[in-house]
Amino acid sequence: MSDKNKPQTIAQKILAYHCGRDHVSEGEIVNAVVDIVLGNDITLPIAIEEFDKIGTGRVFDKEKVVVVPDHFAPNKDIKSAQQCKFIREFARKQEIKNYFEVGKMGIEHVLLPELGLVLPGNLVVGADSHTCTYGALGAASTGVGSTDVAVAMATSRLWFMVPKTIKFIYSGSLKKWITGKDLILYTIGLIGVDGALYKSMEFSGPAVNKLSMDSRFTMSNMAIEAGGKFGIFEVDGITEEFLKPRSDGNYKIFRSDQGAEYEKIYNINCSDIELQVAAPHLPSNARNASDLSNVTIDQVVIGCCTNGRIEDLRIAAEILNGRKVDGNIRTIIIPATQNIYLEALKKGYIEIFINSGCAVSTPTCGPCLGGHMGVLAEGERAVSTTNRNFVGRMGHPKSEVYLSGPSVAAASAVAGRIATPEEVM
Amino acid sequence: MIIRERAIKYGDNVNTDVIIPARYLNTTDDRELASHCFEDLDKDFKKKVEERKIIVAGSNFGCGSSREHAPLSIKASGVKAIIASSFARIFFRNAINIGLPVIASIEASNFIQDGDELEIDLSSGKIKDITKDKIFEVNPLPEFIQRIIRSGGYVKFTKENIRK
Ligand code: SF4
Repeated sequence: MSDKNKPQTIAQKILAYHCGRDHVSEGEIVNAVVDIVLGNDITLPIAIEEFDKIGTGRVFDKEKVVVVPDHFAPNKDIKSAQQCKFIREFARKQEIKNYFEVGKMGIEHVLLPELGLVLPGNLVVGADSHTCTYGALGAASTGVGSTDVAVAMATSRLWFMVPKTIKFIYSGSLKKWITGKDLILYTIGLIGVDGALYKSMEFSGPAVNKLSMDSRFTMSNMAIEAGGKFGIFEVDGITEEFLKPRSDGNYKIFRSDQGAEYEKIYNINCSDIELQVAAPHLPSNARNASDLSNVTIDQVVIGCCTNGRIEDLRIAAEILNGRKVDGNIRTIIIPATQNIYLEALKKGYIEIFINSGCAVSTPTCGPCLGGHMGVLAEGERAVSTTNRNFVGRMGHPKSEVYLSGPSVAAASAVAGRIATPEEVM
Repeated sequence: MIIRERAIKYGDNVNTDVIIPARYLNTTDDRELASHCFEDLDKDFKKKVEERKIIVAGSNFGCGSSREHAPLSIKASGVKAIIASSFARIFFRNAINIGLPVIASIEASNFIQDGDELEIDLSSGKIKDITKDKIFEVNPLPEFIQRIIRSGGYVKFTKENIRK
């Protein structure tokens, strides 16, 4: 079989399409046209300085550059205010249509899909490592650096190395409380933080076909924690349902060919997966939550581009309803977007959170990266629904972060130590 | 291009949060970033880098966030090149895009010890451990990436190609 007729993976097909070809080979470097370029208040300032050096003057398409000040916004200090001002002025000067000011702003990777800015088959780059989140929509999307964003904003093009693909087939049925977070923590625990280095991860199988979009976003979001370039789900009825109110249906669906080459295939039986917690200081230190019940904590965070969606808040509310947060715990809940905040308000979740003793914040990345709104002191420990638990990620280098899904986080807030829902309900 | 410097050695999974903690990301000034480089991993880095300017590390170097502040702070600290068993992909891209040489070699990374004097020849892909008198041959970077490095980074490369 000539290379041209070889079956291809979704990743290959999307990259090929975006450089006007039928076929690209793994390992090949291609120069592809991107659909969306994303930057935030941390990464865009450097990108703008580099963009100015290129000298095109204008961005390639003011509808396709997306600017979200979310990391240190609402401004945490004077320097952050300066950075936000810098990107705001850039967005105004370039007449960027998709610039989201505080009040409309949400965490970028939750906001873009919510607004229908990313569609299946798209090629998306963002100067933020969790740009891989949009793989849940059948898009090839990945994090890049500020220089890459500068070049992409100026020219619409970027170099890509065509990745090999690892396929994950999830079967069996999920136990109660298990969500996408548990599946992905389990998976990263299995393959390690570099288990998918440079690779495209393809999530498939009967168990994930039933997963909600919120859980799929959570899984794609953490592909980077295994080193992955993409974390892709195939478009199905659940995806289309999600997209119906958000698009005119004008998108291209790519599927991996029968017989496409995978570097590795993992078969994972979900029936065996318990609630997961990743212990410090790597997302791959996945354990059963029930094995960590002697770990006392100081803070719980429920939010982030990983788990700040309505499904996560619903689960947290179910557990916190009528219960009080332990007296020694600070619990901070951050709906990822204004729409999610509003929906949680309408459904009564916010009232439940406040009655149980949680602080509820306007959307921001905030504590996830040790920025503001819940930075940890020396020796403190947090259970957090975020995606990274590296040394110093949430504050002092001698603080610790345990990563979990929303149910363990909420149960831990009530118990004052790492706990599963059964222990507090 | 030949780089002759001594090595500072680190382990696996050196992540962007320890290279430059997020609390310092409210600036783009690379000298200020450099002043905090590696401070959560190695308090003595600033002293070490005065005399040793090649970082040698284990697997998955630069994993974590996409912050270009990480390679920028390393470069502004005076580091001339990084050798690692493997690199996280965004870090690898960013380093190339800003013109900081990155070389992946499992053999060299395992063999070289803290403080060894090294000579790297980027064009021929040779790493020599002068202290221990051993040479490693490295796979050359793809031609396209070499062109970006020869141009002095992705921005300069793009400028040249837009003009054509
Ligand atoms: S919530 Fe955390 S992981 Fe997500 S974009 Fe913000 S800082 Fe990054």
